[in-house]
Amino acid sequence: KQVFVRDALNMAMDEEMERDEGVVLIGEEVAQYDGAYKVSRGLLGKYGENRVIDTPITEMGFAGMAVGAAFGGRGMKPICEFMTFNFSMQAIDQVVNSAAKTLYMSAGRCECPMVFRGPNGAALGVAAQHSQCFAAWYSSVPGLVVMAPYSSEDCKAMLKAAIRDPNPVVFLENEILYGRAFEVSDEVMDKNYVAEVGKAKIEKEGSDVSIISFGYGVGISLEAAEVLQQQHGINCEVVNLRTLRPLDTEAIIKSVKKTNHLVTVETGWPQCGIGAEIITTVMESDAFDYLDAPCNRVTGADLPMPYAKNMEDEANIKASDIITSVLKMKNL
Amino acid sequence: FASSASFDFNPVLLHDIAPADGPPSSGTVTSEEAIKYYTQMQTIRRMELKADQLYKQKVIRGFCHLYDGQEACCVGMENAIEGTDDVITSYRAHGWTYVRGIPVKEVLAELFGRDLGCARGRGGSMHMYADGFYGGNGIVGAQVPLGAGLAWNQKYTNNGGISISIYGDGAASQGQIFEAYNLSKLWKLPAIFVCENNQYGMGTSVDRHSASTEFYKRAGYIPGILVDGMDVVAVREATKWAKKFVLENGPLLIELKTYRYHGHSMSDPGTSYRTRDEVQSMKKTLDPITGFRKRCIDAGLLTADQVKSIDKEVKKLIEAETGEALSSPEPSMDGIAHNIVKGGFSKKKSIFSLNGVIASLSFSSHLERKKRHSPNRYRPRSLSKSDLATLTAHMSTTSTCKRASRASSGVTSYLLNQQKICESQFPSTHLRNP
Repeated sequence: KQVFVRDALNMAMDEEMERDEGVVLIGEEVAQYDGAYKVSRGLLGKYGENRVIDTPITEMGFAGMAVGAAFGGRGMKPICEFMTFNFSMQAIDQVVNSAAKTLYMSAGRCECPMVFRGPNGAALGVAAQHSQCFAAWYSSVPGLVVMAPYSSEDCKAMLKAAIRDPNPVVFLENEILYGRAFEVSDEVMDKNYVAEVGKAKIEKEGSDVSIISFGYGVGISLEAAEVLQQQHGINCEVVNLRTLRPLDTEAIIKSVKKTNHLVTVETGWPQCGIGAEIITTVMESDAFDYLDAPCNRVTGADLPMPYAKNMEDEANIKASDIITSVLKMKNL
Repeated sequence: FASSASFDFNPVLLHDIAPADGPPSSGTVTSEEAIKYYTQMQTIRRMELKADQLYKQKVIRGFCHLYDGQEACCVGMENAIEGTDDVITSYRAHGWTYVRGIPVKEVLAELFGRDLGCARGRGGSMHMYADGFYGGNGIVGAQVPLGAGLAWNQKYTNNGGISISIYGDGAASQGQIFEAYNLSKLWKLPAIFVCENNQYGMGTSVDRHSASTEFYKRAGYIPGILVDGMDVVAVREATKWAKKFVLENGPLLIELKTYRYHGHSMSDPGTSYRTRDEVQSMKKTLDPITGFRKRCIDAGLLTADQVKSIDKEVKKLIEAETGEALSSPEPSMDGIAHNIVKGGFSKKKSIFSLNGVIASLSFSSHLERKKRHSPNRYRPRSLSKSDLATLTAHMSTTSTCKRASRASSGVTSYLLNQQKICESQFPSTHLRNP
């Protein structure tokens, strides 16, 4: 069945809200407006204004309140929607200092079962303040679970897992993918199907090069893999990390050992990025012995996102960047 | 000898509340209550003085914010609420931790970083928790939205309780507090926002840090009351009234006028921004413990002998609990990576969280192994000009540098600069690949 990403997210919240009365959705325009990106369409009508709640544009306040509500326990599990993760910067203290650390600081007494979700990463034509990937930021924080779904299957199965997880989960969606449809199997459509936290998914098996990515980068990687296969006979393996913390190091190592080549792909900036983390993981493991070439990173350009279309296109990752990287690595 | 007595207190000032609807101007105290409040306040005082002493002996490290002078605030509030109510406060948390049910020894052991500590040495002075008590927050003002969230939880889960969020006068101008006011009022939450106004935000006096020092009026659209925070009965009565008020009407602000005897933290002698005379005169005229003691004796609720014996008992208790806390071992290293996340990651948890440590520990043996397996490949060689050219080409066709170099000349010069750095510093093993 073809399912749009935004509908998959909607289904996940709908099913979990139906299943568990403690689940509430709070954020800007989530209720009457149906969500700034229509992800929460229809939930207000179904669950009422006690459970689907519009907030003013005060991220620090409402994110902090969502964390406090989660602390209170008694079954309450807030989903805190950031209209985009760019605005989560206003509230990052509550995410990092309150949500992530309190379980540890209280020696396990104070739990924080909740989800921060919303679109993350580059959008189109909105310039530097609204086009940025926070995957590296959040995934560096102990105490958080960080997920970055790609397809409709990811969105449905992983958001359900995020809501059921007893930890604060940062769930990084992508605005450009919201309007894309993916085939979803009957198994995944079942309301009892939940993804396993911390497990990567092999999107395409291959033997020559491992392309490891997450979120929006997975689609571009698949596109590049297709071209590499067709035009150059290079059989790439595309790994969709799905969860960035905990990182599925096992899957990374296994794939690199198989292909002996690694290219990481992400839309965010290069410095201290997820690519750097993946490559270091390989360096520190015995997979290093299996490498036949230095690893490569394909990342967004190291600059604030420009507005003009030609510049923006240049700053964002494209399949051709990955293809060039792979060919170079293979000395082709 | 009386079994109960009525105490009048300083008039409560009201904001947006009709005088007839406001809190009472007197409260009844039984002799049992007198003993309880006096003992609780005295215990906190002695505990804080013990902490002061042990900090100076370097048994306690890091930040340590003491509560002496402000004891009537937490004792008064705690004795007006139930266990089902929620409380969250700032980093000045020892007194609240104790009244919310954590024994003195566990508070002290936490300060000492010992296993007996209420957070098993993970939190320290600023991060203590109990049932219905959510810390101890080290970020000025951040506890207030959390407290409003607890009130939201109370309402959503029909728990029937309220939440109390305590912050200092220094935090009262934090932006997020106003965000929490706004949402609490919109959602009519059972939230009491308590500003413990101890006159100084660190070393900046209220009139130097706040354009309006009437903290109980600060939310404007939320009613507020100003209460004598040095009077435990006034605080108790106001809180009792406030609990009922917020359950019926939504949020309320309480300003408790109080005073901090110690400096802001242990590193602050507390004398550069105020005079010693000011502190002395506060202790002499407004001390919450001596004030309450005198009133109880005058009213016949307590005898001088009773007071003496309580003082003695408290002293004994503090010494015993200190000894017990000191004899507790440091937390076992086995648990250093526990409770980072709940469930889920099982055995991987400790390896996962200590990834860096384990990786660096195993690195040298890893390197040895590699050398053994492929000695030639890892022979160091110096970086030649042609290597650098390869490197530059490599960099410019992969990763961001490609786009960056084309995107702007500024980036190109950045890249050239990087080349220079490479030329001088690039480690020789990096270009091992043919």
